[in-house]
Amino acid sequence: MNGASTARIWLLHLAVIAALAAAGFLLPDYHRGVFSRILVLAVFAMGYNLLLGYCGLLSLGHAMFFAAGLYGAGLPLYHLGWGMPASFAAGLAAGSVLALVVGALALRTVGVAFMIVTMMFAQVFYLTTLYFTTWTRGEEGLVLPPAARRVELGDVVLSLSDPATRYMVALVLFSAVLLVCLKLVRAPFGRTLAGIRENEERMRMLGYDTFRAKLGAVVVSGVICAAAGAAYGLMFGYVGSGFASIQYSILPLLWVLVGGAATTLGPLVGTAFMVYVIDYASGLTTAWLMLVGAALIFVVLFFPKGILGTVRERWLKWLP
Amino acid sequence: MGFGPLLLLALLEGLVTAALLALMALGLSLVFGVMRVVNVAHGEFFMLGAVLAWVVSTAFAGHPAIGFIAALLVAPLAVGAVAYLAERLVLKRLNYDPEATIVATIGLLYIIQQLALTVYGADARPVQPPFNIRIQLPWFGYSGYKLFVIAAAILLLLGAWFVLARTRAGLVMRATQYDAETAQAFGIPVGRVYAYVFALGAMLAALAAVLIVPVSQAHYLMGRDPLLLSFVVVIIGGLGSLRGTVVAALLIGLSDGIISTLFFSPTLAKILATLLVALVLVFRPQGLFGTAAR
Amino acid sequence: MAALIETKALSRAFGGLKAVDAVDFRLETGEIRAIIGPNGAGKTTLVGLICGRVAPSSGTILFEGRDITRLPAHARVMAGIAYTFQITSVFPKLSVYDNVALPVQRRLLAQGGVSRSALDAGVAEALDKVGLTGHAASLAGDLAYGHQRLLEIAMGLALKPRLLILDEPTQGLSDGEIEGFIALVREIARDATILLIEHNMQVVMELAGRITVMNAGRILAEGAPAEIRADKAVQDAYLGTKTDG
Repeated sequence: MNGASTARIWLLHLAVIAALAAAGFLLPDYHRGVFSRILVLAVFAMGYNLLLGYCGLLSLGHAMFFAAGLYGAGLPLYHLGWGMPASFAAGLAAGSVLALVVGALALRTVGVAFMIVTMMFAQVFYLTTLYFTTWTRGEEGLVLPPAARRVELGDVVLSLSDPATRYMVALVLFSAVLLVCLKLVRAPFGRTLAGIRENEERMRMLGYDTFRAKLGAVVVSGVICAAAGAAYGLMFGYVGSGFASIQYSILPLLWVLVGGAATTLGPLVGTAFMVYVIDYASGLTTAWLMLVGAALIFVVLFFPKGILGTVRERWLKWLP
Repeated sequence: MGFGPLLLLALLEGLVTAALLALMALGLSLVFGVMRVVNVAHGEFFMLGAVLAWVVSTAFAGHPAIGFIAALLVAPLAVGAVAYLAERLVLKRLNYDPEATIVATIGLLYIIQQLALTVYGADARPVQPPFNIRIQLPWFGYSGYKLFVIAAAILLLLGAWFVLARTRAGLVMRATQYDAETAQAFGIPVGRVYAYVFALGAMLAALAAVLIVPVSQAHYLMGRDPLLLSFVVVIIGGLGSLRGTVVAALLIGLSDGIISTLFFSPTLAKILATLLVALVLVFRPQGLFGTAAR
Repeated sequence: MAALIETKALSRAFGGLKAVDAVDFRLETGEIRAIIGPNGAGKTTLVGLICGRVAPSSGTILFEGRDITRLPAHARVMAGIAYTFQITSVFPKLSVYDNVALPVQRRLLAQGGVSRSALDAGVAEALDKVGLTGHAASLAGDLAYGHQRLLEIAMGLALKPRLLILDEPTQGLSDGEIEGFIALVREIARDATILLIEHNMQVVMELAGRITVMNAGRILAEGAPAEIRADKAVQDAYLGTKTDG
């Protein structure tokens, strides 16, 4: 690793962000709307990637962190009339507390047990959102009024019901998280996580408190996913139990593995790919799920390490 | 009904659930134990078994028992064939890489689920039980067929234990599970073992489905809950332990029966039960009968 | 002055088997000590108890007079005890540089901060000591076995430990590599105390200042190489008579 490759890496990421910014002006309304969703969901995927790709921990319960952000932001906004910034912060706080508690417990297990334990904690969270139906309205959910989803900065009013504003907010969030993740994985912390993934026992005998490092990874991952959830709720104005279900734990796993685990841009690629494959297939036929399934098998046969993962392995070794 | 008889009813219902869970979890445990892969489509093999059971049994006019027996023979074999094909065409090419297998089996899940939706439809359809005897207990009448399901499951599990513990085929499977490389060095065709184990796992799930479908209904989404539950059973029971799988299936099946029969707010009960199971795993990660890591 | 390592009635049982049986072991700073004994004598377990990989059933362990019995393994590493594995345990998919960077990074983190230059310097120093400088960019998994063993030692050295524990380090090495290893250990011994488990008697006799002989979980004998070679009990249990060689 030298100065030249570092510059190349940062240039690549800034170029991607610039391209996305340009797309905000050039894309037709429909696709811009789709991309707003993709960008926020890609943040979710990036949070998941930190744990799966870089730390090697496969969780089947990340929907609970996304939903913690979603409800953490949506409930105060809806019931207590909080402003947007405060609600967003509340979503982040909810995600970090949940991640700390769940991590402290779940990290006592490894491998498949970890998968099941995280899945069960997520199931508890999901059932809890259904149980407190007076506040959450369960599956039906809450619609957040457009009037509440605005921020006034002096004379300027940013309304999240406006598609153009929505896209820009999504892009800002995505860019911030992308660059933070890039910095993290190239910092000592990132190297530590990679070592734990490769040989945790050896890391212990090299002086690393691996439990603390893994807990840190879970909390950072949880906060990022909660940020995605809070943003999603505030941007699209809907909060519902569906986002806490197992489906939203499988989706980020899929996005990360398809895009390329342990790559910084893989989550974006995977999310965009899946969203568009579903979009395209459902336009073709009502049996679109079958096409999606076939696409998944096709991708995994030809890109066994995910799209960017295989690209990195075969051609661009310097890709972070 | 007093509390005692209600409890008995709950236990009987729980035993039925436990019977199915044990069969399904056994299939999953074999696949995961021998091949070390997570088959996310396991629930869809279950659903496919149920749907095929409906197709076969409605094709036979006359006494429902004939259709049922036909379904019992045809459905597992057909599902096993599907699984065998999937293994040879896809999983083998991926070299059983754990993460790639997850993606591939999710794709398989989507394909099978959509196929069922397109061909079979979104409706839940009942299947006639082979016989309609009601056992009259002092407090309530209970379906004789459900008792048959419990008995059948016990027989099948005993058969599975016999095959695994006492036959050559079982020895080959256990050897491959223990150490695939060494097994191969001893001339065991590991690739073919994997294909048959994958098919066998799917067949067990389909068998469980054919048994249960006369008392529930065949629906294209019915694979999801059993998938999650059988995973939990496999891990709680401890990987590689048939006894553990059965005990865990009993525990989870019975508590599920008690919760759904006795509790008016099943959601809160489910929350507490799930939390309890999760905490058991947290403080005893090897499950009930698995071997603890040092 | 307190010994570097002192164990008091240290025991570890696995079920009914007493792998280490009430051992009183003492290691002084600056020694090169070898632990020898037949297979199953408890050498690796004793050493595992000292570095924290294995939890004791009873007894205490002192490091420079400080009770470390309850201290977790990673904290003992940071206190100055480094362990290299009997079965090579490097990071095969990471480069040699990254392998050594991990312990260097850990040391730098404890001292305040990790800078690029400090990291590079630390890695270069460790690789230079073992002679792997040219292999920095290779993947650890691609190295020849002998070089992987050297990488293991480099990773231990990168921690700048007070006590370096080597578990059967020459196993599988060629004669020439063993010569190089002996010279390397003499170098390292100038800065660190060495405790090594070895089966290769030539290495033991050449390197060790004192030898501890273990058998069936207990210390059978302890002393200078010449004494040990002449000890009747040791010969019966392990070394054999002169005719066995």
